[in-house]
Amino acid sequence: MRRPLAALVALLAAVVPTVVTATTIYPIDRAQILAGSRFDFKVELDGVVNPAAVTVTVNGDAPEKLLGQTPQFVDREKGVDASALILRDARLTTPGRYVISASDGKTTKTVTWTVYGTGPRRAKNVILFIGDGMSVAHRTAARILSKGITEGKYHGLLAMDAMPHMALIGTSGVDSVITDSANSMSAYTTGHKSSVNALGVYADRTPDTLDDPRVETITSLAKRKVGMAVGVVTNTEVEDATPAGMVAHTRRRSDYDQIVEMFYDSQVEVLMGGGSANFLPKSVPGSRRKDDQDYVAKFRGTGYRIATTDKEMQDAAADTTTTRLLGLFHTGNMDGVLDRKFLHKGTVEQFPEQPDLVDQVRAAISVLSRNPQGFVLMVESGLIDKYSHPLDWERAVMDTIMLDRAVAVAKDFAMQRDDTLVLVTADHSHGLSIVGTVDDQAPGEAMRDRIGVYEKAQYPNYPAADIDGYPATLDVSRRLAIFFADFPDYYETFRPKLDGPFVPAVAGSDPKVQVANPRYQSQPGVMRREGNIPRDSNVGVHTGEDVILTAVGPGAERVAGFLDNTDVFRIMVEALGLGD
Amino acid sequence: MVTRRALLELLLAGPAASLLDGSRLASAVDATPLKFTELYGQVGPLGLRFSDKAQGLRGHPVSMRGFLAPPLKPDARLFVLSARPVALCPFCQSDADWPHDIVVVFPRAAGEVRLTPSAEPLEVTGTLELGSRTDDATGFVSQVRLVDARGRAV
Repeated sequence: MRRPLAALVALLAAVVPTVVTATTIYPIDRAQILAGSRFDFKVELDGVVNPAAVTVTVNGDAPEKLLGQTPQFVDREKGVDASALILRDARLTTPGRYVISASDGKTTKTVTWTVYGTGPRRAKNVILFIGDGMSVAHRTAARILSKGITEGKYHGLLAMDAMPHMALIGTSGVDSVITDSANSMSAYTTGHKSSVNALGVYADRTPDTLDDPRVETITSLAKRKVGMAVGVVTNTEVEDATPAGMVAHTRRRSDYDQIVEMFYDSQVEVLMGGGSANFLPKSVPGSRRKDDQDYVAKFRGTGYRIATTDKEMQDAAADTTTTRLLGLFHTGNMDGVLDRKFLHKGTVEQFPEQPDLVDQVRAAISVLSRNPQGFVLMVESGLIDKYSHPLDWERAVMDTIMLDRAVAVAKDFAMQRDDTLVLVTADHSHGLSIVGTVDDQAPGEAMRDRIGVYEKAQYPNYPAADIDGYPATLDVSRRLAIFFADFPDYYETFRPKLDGPFVPAVAGSDPKVQVANPRYQSQPGVMRREGNIPRDSNVGVHTGEDVILTAVGPGAERVAGFLDNTDVFRIMVEALGLGD
Repeated sequence: MVTRRALLELLLAGPAASLLDGSRLASAVDATPLKFTELYGQVGPLGLRFSDKAQGLRGHPVSMRGFLAPPLKPDARLFVLSARPVALCPFCQSDADWPHDIVVVFPRAAGEVRLTPSAEPLEVTGTLELGSRTDDATGFVSQVRLVDARGRAV
């Protein structure tokens, strides 16, 4: 791993285009790395290799010259019959182009990294809103339902519309054109691409989910370099991929017990959402932990106020001595606004005191803004995705409106000060589109004959929104017709699911074959649809279209045209001046 | 269409002949019905408390109605019974995604286990066990179990 052939290797790399080799280098080719940020450097070699035959160079020199340390040679990686080189916590502090070559004596792999600095700090605070899975149709439907539209003209704009800067964001990851919430969030929080199910790491070949090459999160950077406060607010389980992406390093997003530990180690100042089950020791009914650790007690022991209801959260936030707040309002995912505010379905009866996301954001900003060094706050409206998977677009759109109300709170905060960058985006899309309207009064036996398309769609007759921006009912006679591009076998009811979130498909006698849920079979006018995705899917899937980012505040002017999801990280760290 | 699948394979027991076993039928008759909503007296983010009814039935035969999820692993001997069909989460392969009020079912017969569609609710009868237990084979931690269980469609 020295470099007896360094010059030759560099020459070969320059002359011979990189061919497909089994050698893999992390960070990957074309990685963009924040100057001074920590990352693990790993070279996976093809098979067991004599270390004397291995040559690694960074810009033609030994790696230790620029990376500060010598990579460790691993003769046989655990669970893999092959050698590797690993250097944990490397950093590059000088911006520029870096060419990394690795040779096992037979083949050479070369990658190029770009290291960038950031210039001086321009924003005191950053607030990043993620509408999980929020696609264009969610936003349009939210605008129609919340603001109203006649003669083609809206009666108002969403708070996330009324922002001066907008871009399209590409969401694909290292391994696939289609992303999940783990690797897409990783791109936002680390600036590095990752793979489906992976958080804060490049997904390596070893089976251990916790040993993959790590990249530093914005949480770590903001706390380590500037002493900022960090907040993570969601209405899903806090261990779920989007909130976990703020702190976690794991190949497997379902490592919930470990993710709770990572939150604890990160000491983020505000953590709010559902998912208390993995904070409770396994001896407590309701726990999902596999050990006896009591993380509620541990958080409390390091100075966190604990809130389990809306009132406790508001009281804690109002107390000016509260600078650390752990809010756990549900053992699992919290309920969406349609169930909490209107229908009282889902699990609202069991957990009647859940706060609204808007109030969570108010509380989080109150607590975080007590830190004079500023804060980074991530807010997720996570059930947009959880409801879009089972094709329950009404619930997803209501939670899009809720996200927008939370954005309005952040914009109000930012308007008073001009030192806060507010970004609103999604992590991936779902394949839904607004096709027209469904009119119960239209002629025709089958519901599909009552779909109005083009001019026959006219406008839906939802009631005007209430003071909070929600229509009082979705069960109107002429409602939006929204369909998904991808779906399992299911019964299309053409109606909102008033008796609880939609469950389109369930396991058949063969658990690998999901079948249309017979519960909806006898509703009037339903239509059975044969699925168009693999039969083991019981819900719809993420899609590959770009998502929209809107932004306001210092640094927002970089939001324009098309951006990669990793650029969102760069925009945030540039605004905060987190580079060396 | 799967729904009206003819009656309803005996789901957890072994050979169908065991249905005719008088003693087993008798135990099913003696079982006290217990609803999911009756399992816990107090529910909250900091934990759940078993209801007086559930505590009183500890160690006794009970019958519960719910939806049976596919096995966690192809060869697993335990099944998850839930109040609602589990389909909301996109990554349900992991036990991280189960709702808090599931019941783990250990079937009576050690042989091959067949599933009926979980679209149909099932009635599972077994001895009620309460309290944390980790399954040796799968590492699955459960709080409520029905052991020596058998099931039938309802």
